[in-house]
Amino acid sequence: MSEPQTEQGKSAMSEIQIPEMTGKVLACVDDSVYAEAVCDYAAWTAGRMNTQLSLLHVLDKNEGTTAQNLSGSLGLGAQENLMQELAELDQQRSKLEMEKGKLMLQAAMLRVEEKGIVNAESRQRHGELVDTLIELEPETRILVVGKRGADTESAHGHIGSHLESIIRALHKPILIAQQSFAPPKQIMIAYDGSATMRKGIHIAAASPFGRGIPHHVVMVGADTDVARAQLQEATDVMTKAGFEVTGAIIPGDADIALAEYQERENIDLMVMGAYGHSRIRQLILGSTTTAMIKRTKISLLVLR
Amino acid sequence: MLHALKQSWFSNIRGDILAGIVVALALIPEAIAFSVIAGVDPKVGLYASFSIAVITAIVGGRPGMISGATGAMALVMVILVRDHGLEYLLAATLLTGLLQILAGVFKLGLLMRFVSRSVVTGFVNALAILIFLAQLPEITGENATLLVFAVLAGGLVIIYGLPYITKAVPSPLICIVVLTGIAMYFGFDMRTVGDMGALPDSLPIFLWPDVPLTLETLQIIFPYAATLAVIGLLESMMTATIIDDLTDTPSNKNRECVGQGVANIGSGLIGGMAGCAMIGQSVINIKSGGRKRLSAFAAGVVLLIMVVFIGPWVAQIPMAALVAVMFMVAFGTFSWSSIADLRTNPKSSSIVMISTVVVVVVTHNLALGVLLGVLLSALFFARKVGDILYIGSTLSEEADHREYQVVGQVFFTSADQFIGGFDFKEAVDKVTIDLTRAHFWDITAISSLDKVILKFRREGADVKIVGLNEASATLVDRFAVHDKPDAVERLMGH
Repeated sequence: MSEPQTEQGKSAMSEIQIPEMTGKVLACVDDSVYAEAVCDYAAWTAGRMNTQLSLLHVLDKNEGTTAQNLSGSLGLGAQENLMQELAELDQQRSKLEMEKGKLMLQAAMLRVEEKGIVNAESRQRHGELVDTLIELEPETRILVVGKRGADTESAHGHIGSHLESIIRALHKPILIAQQSFAPPKQIMIAYDGSATMRKGIHIAAASPFGRGIPHHVVMVGADTDVARAQLQEATDVMTKAGFEVTGAIIPGDADIALAEYQERENIDLMVMGAYGHSRIRQLILGSTTTAMIKRTKISLLVLR
Repeated sequence: MLHALKQSWFSNIRGDILAGIVVALALIPEAIAFSVIAGVDPKVGLYASFSIAVITAIVGGRPGMISGATGAMALVMVILVRDHGLEYLLAATLLTGLLQILAGVFKLGLLMRFVSRSVVTGFVNALAILIFLAQLPEITGENATLLVFAVLAGGLVIIYGLPYITKAVPSPLICIVVLTGIAMYFGFDMRTVGDMGALPDSLPIFLWPDVPLTLETLQIIFPYAATLAVIGLLESMMTATIIDDLTDTPSNKNRECVGQGVANIGSGLIGGMAGCAMIGQSVINIKSGGRKRLSAFAAGVVLLIMVVFIGPWVAQIPMAALVAVMFMVAFGTFSWSSIADLRTNPKSSSIVMISTVVVVVVTHNLALGVLLGVLLSALFFARKVGDILYIGSTLSEEADHREYQVVGQVFFTSADQFIGGFDFKEAVDKVTIDLTRAHFWDITAISSLDKVILKFRREGADVKIVGLNEASATLVDRFAVHDKPDAVERLMGH
């Protein structure tokens, strides 16, 4: 039973095409406590991959309501007056937000400059965060975001309000930064033998991102022949590319087992695939990806 | 998906609920007044406003917009109700909903782009005038007593004066409460809402219109349903655009069409009349801080709770107090700036606006007014674009060869001008017509070119046409250039 499957896996493996990687490292900056770490991770990533770094601040349409006017009366020209009033309020608010964002981007530019990234660009866009990221997707190679944004900063054990929709909407690798940054010393790849992750291994092996850093390829589940063969394939790919690789198969629930392994082995960056199941199943069971992002204390690189 | 749902419903709870209550209080007098216009019991309008507000909140395409029983729709129903009764109105309401759903499914919301700004202004002004005129029976003839005028004046003072003192309570509500209290205390002898017919005494119940399901019934209700569907969608789309502008957020117009249809079917099934989006109420909602779906939902629910539980009190409201509120709605809906703009706007757009208003006020049919407005705008536009045509020419040194250059738009309105641009009397051997910078838009243009060629040949000249291919590229029905910048360059630059 297991033999033909592995054979199949192997042949599929050799056919895997590594997509051509072009574009910038795109870092989302806001006024949350994650912003500095986002800059650091982005600078580090851009430096290793030798690509341009783009710092982005998105001005969400904030729909603060006007001063309460419950008079319920329609004066003469009510509509024109209301239009004026609302437009003026929005203008003031947007100007302030833009000014604030510019200062933030300036600080971010300084920070990445200190890390040796001199050609970084910064830009400000109006609109919904997710929509903006989709617009910029073609020129993005890796997206760097904080685990939570300014809106949900203090909601520990939760993930940011936009993060899940970002991961779903984009088809680029997403680096989810924790609050503090240190250059990763050990990287763990959560491997499940799926098409996404098989491709992920090849990308990791070919990319300058993790070069020179010891990798752990970890599978969660029963220690079967099939699993072992899948793991062997993965580690082979990495070894062939010159990586120092440790393979492991651990039992348990994915999020808990991986978190334990990470703490035991002092791993500071984890690579994983995202949202494999159907939406309906997730709605009922919850998704491993979301659980993982919630639980983990280290930064994650999520692959689509 | 859940995030989007939460965003469109519960991201502005406090503002939405407060605004919903203010809107509900303002909806009650309007729903009663519009029932009176249509000639049905007040409960028909009140049930309609409840169900339409709630259903459009759920399935509509424009969060923050308020829909309910409206004057524009009520005016269409008058004759149907007078000649055939309420049951036929309910049947027509169901059919209206069905037609509106079809309009949404076939994406007819997009047709709104043919309705120019002048037509919209005309529609709004006509609506305001109609609402105002519909109040006059209550304050003229045998109703024109000093008492009625005193109550009306007092009402207007409260409505417009109170906001200068406090903006924390709805002034129309205070107007109604105070005037009803005074009228009851002194036992004024004047017409009240109770005299207008039955008020809701229970929650609405499901009922199927009691009409025979025959072709004859369809023949009776279809013309009304079609008019209602068109007017309902027109006002809803216009209101949606206004709310889009006010809140600087987009809306889904086709979903709104379907939403209006579903709401009308819902209204018809619980004994309510057909309705649509309400410009005045929607502006009040935005002004009071309502932004999301919850605001319209709250408005509908609060309205129903209020009328069911304070029904006996509602019956005591003097009609004159109601008229004061409706005057406010009419004055607030009217676009006063459009009067000042008459002097500065182009004459053609002023004519479009005024004709829309006049036709509506004369026929009491908003759909006819809009139709005329759209036609006039199209004609004025065609005339204007037809003027963009220039025909120049040069004569060769030997005076035997004239070359014409045609620049601009050739189509039905400019075809005569095109032919007139050539000098057929001149005796030359050769004529060249350079069309590289002209656009031929229709068959009329082509046939007038044929005519020109034929005439020159009859005068004995050899005709050569240059650039016809480029000029006639516009003949093709679907030459979309807006998404291809280089195509525009080629079309306009040649």
